[in-house]
Amino acid sequence: MSTLTDLRRSMVAEARRRQRLTWLISAVVLVALPWIFSSSFSISIMTQIGIAIIFALSYNMLLGQGGMLSFGHAAYFGLGGFLAMHAMNYIADGAIPLPVPLLPLIGGVIGLFFGFIIGTFSTRRAGTVFAMISLGVAELIAALSLIFVGFFGGEEGVSSNRTKGPDFFGFNFGPDIQVYYVAAFWALIAAIAMFLFSRTPAGRMANAVRDNAERAEFIGYSQRNVRMISFCLSGFFAGLAGGMFAIAYEIVTEETLNMNQSGAVLLMAYIGGVGYFIGPIIGAIIMTLLRTVLSNFTELWMLYVGLLFIATVMFVPSGLTGLLMMHGPAWKRRSLKRLLAPYAAISIPSLAVIMGVGGLLELTHFAHTTSMDDRVMTLFSIPMNIDSLLPWAGLIALFIGGVLGVRRLRPMLLDAWADANGAGGGD
Amino acid sequence: MLEITIFSLLNGTVYGLLLFMLSSGLTLIFSMMGILNFAHASFYMLGAYFGYTISSHIGFWPGLIFAPLIVGVMGALLERYALRHVHKHGHVAELIFTFGLAFLLEELTQFFWGTDQQAYKGPSLLDFPLFTLFDANFPAYKAFMLLISIGIFLGLLLVLTRTRVGLIIQAAITHPNMVNMLGHNVPFVFMATFGVGTALAGLAGTIAGPVMGTYPGMAHDLGSIVFVVVVFGGLGSLAGALVASLMIGIIQTFAVGLNYSVSDFLVTIGVSFPADHFLHDIWTMTLPQVAPLIPYLMLILILIFRPMGLFGTRET
Repeated sequence: MSTLTDLRRSMVAEARRRQRLTWLISAVVLVALPWIFSSSFSISIMTQIGIAIIFALSYNMLLGQGGMLSFGHAAYFGLGGFLAMHAMNYIADGAIPLPVPLLPLIGGVIGLFFGFIIGTFSTRRAGTVFAMISLGVAELIAALSLIFVGFFGGEEGVSSNRTKGPDFFGFNFGPDIQVYYVAAFWALIAAIAMFLFSRTPAGRMANAVRDNAERAEFIGYSQRNVRMISFCLSGFFAGLAGGMFAIAYEIVTEETLNMNQSGAVLLMAYIGGVGYFIGPIIGAIIMTLLRTVLSNFTELWMLYVGLLFIATVMFVPSGLTGLLMMHGPAWKRRSLKRLLAPYAAISIPSLAVIMGVGGLLELTHFAHTTSMDDRVMTLFSIPMNIDSLLPWAGLIALFIGGVLGVRRLRPMLLDAWADANGAGGGD
Repeated sequence: MLEITIFSLLNGTVYGLLLFMLSSGLTLIFSMMGILNFAHASFYMLGAYFGYTISSHIGFWPGLIFAPLIVGVMGALLERYALRHVHKHGHVAELIFTFGLAFLLEELTQFFWGTDQQAYKGPSLLDFPLFTLFDANFPAYKAFMLLISIGIFLGLLLVLTRTRVGLIIQAAITHPNMVNMLGHNVPFVFMATFGVGTALAGLAGTIAGPVMGTYPGMAHDLGSIVFVVVVFGGLGSLAGALVASLMIGIIQTFAVGLNYSVSDFLVTIGVSFPADHFLHDIWTMTLPQVAPLIPYLMLILILIFRPMGLFGTRET
């Protein structure tokens, strides 16, 4: 008996040690990143990623861990942002002596407050009713934000100056790099807090209620209270992200709490993978990069994001993290390298499909919007004249060739997959 | 006042019946497949855009017929080749899928037609005022919209209650397995219902496009309201959808027509506030400003107090 308990204890301790190590490494990476990517553009992107990570993780407390599909999570983000912005104005006037880096806490408290109010009636049920209430509340708040011009600032929003705060160890938060470190600090703290919450009994019960609310009730838990706890905390962290947004941009507009923002966080969490704690982090990184980097190259980036989202829902419902985690068994069997060659082979026709579709879309868009005397578009560093048939035919051929190639290589990949996972072989 | 009442009633009925054309399809699809189709209003938008494109080439009337047909076929194909596939992953995945689809369809519309409002015009045949009352005109086109909506409503009612097809559909809603056992092709019934539902949305778009504007945000502007209608009336209830459509249509039209504010009311009971009061925005809030909020308030209230909706029999 005692050896079993000892074994269990040592396993728990081992898991704890690994978690601590993971957080420590994350902290070191966060500190080191600005030295690797030191341009002001990349520092601004990394700040945005930090905010997106907090927001997406808070969303996943609802969808992934609690089974509550929300279409209005931006309301808490935006309200936290607006209140933090007003607080920043008071700080700039000298009315409250709060250091600027602590502003996200104000946003968080506001998110918690609204989460508590709205949660009292929306968490009674999960499923469609919850989704509809979240939609109604979000639309209501978004519509209100255009009516209450005094508080929300109408179309221009509310702006302030983050450098006017009281002295904080000699930093004034003018340079973007200082703001990055504030964002990184809060992202790490929030991620640790949310991870630890998922390991508490309340977090575990949230999973239980998600999976089978009735059984959870039978062992004596109120499903409503369990959801309520997750919902309030999720509101807190969304508000925290909103407060961080206020510091980073020094302006908050109606766009931070409208439906597009609510949709964006759903996209981030889902594409990353709602079934895993790290999923929304990966989703936040990828979606922010897509938004900031891809939008420099093409006006159609939103269309690509939409296609990516639909493809994820249809073919990889567990998200990108789920796709990675599928390789876990092969990794443990040390047979991952058997997949390398098939992956490399199938990536060539896959790339052809993506380039074909993207090229055709870009060319069509160019043909729609260009003037009569500008008929040549440079695509994949090849000049293409939209009036000649060649580029169109070439791209269509690329697409069809790619599709045929993928279809041809697919059985080979499936065989290699079965082989790497030991199916059929039994070794 | 009488003028406002009569015209608000008329316009509200036109708008309400338009909402019904959308919500009837949505609620039928929901009661059958359990899918709340977020992209339903996107098919309304597609109807308007197809109607615009066809009308600019061969005229309004062919557009009125072909645009809804194209939209319906698209809807049926979507059900067959995408939604049925996602269905395996459960209801949340389906809801998220239709949400993403609404997003994608809006982007695709902008891709093909651009971001500007399209100059979609009604037929010149109906371009005259039907009657003039208190110096205000009621356009014949709106009467035409009214007529089509009522026709669709009666047609739907007759098909569902008086024909064999309607009988099978009604049975498939409540007992899909039993209907399947009896030898009917239930997946086909689902696909057809989805197609007809989206075609109705497309028809609504085709006739509403010239009046309400044909622009990429039109799906988003109406989509949430249609959701409100369906939930408010009771998910799966056609009668509920009709009552809720007319209610929301008329209430919203009245709210836009009556220019009163909170302070007007407060002044009549002898209370007034200075202009720099910190709740100034609340005192000067006018009814037309509040109009867009009303549907969402109704949605939240009904979900709190009667989650099955006005005429609904089941929750979610």
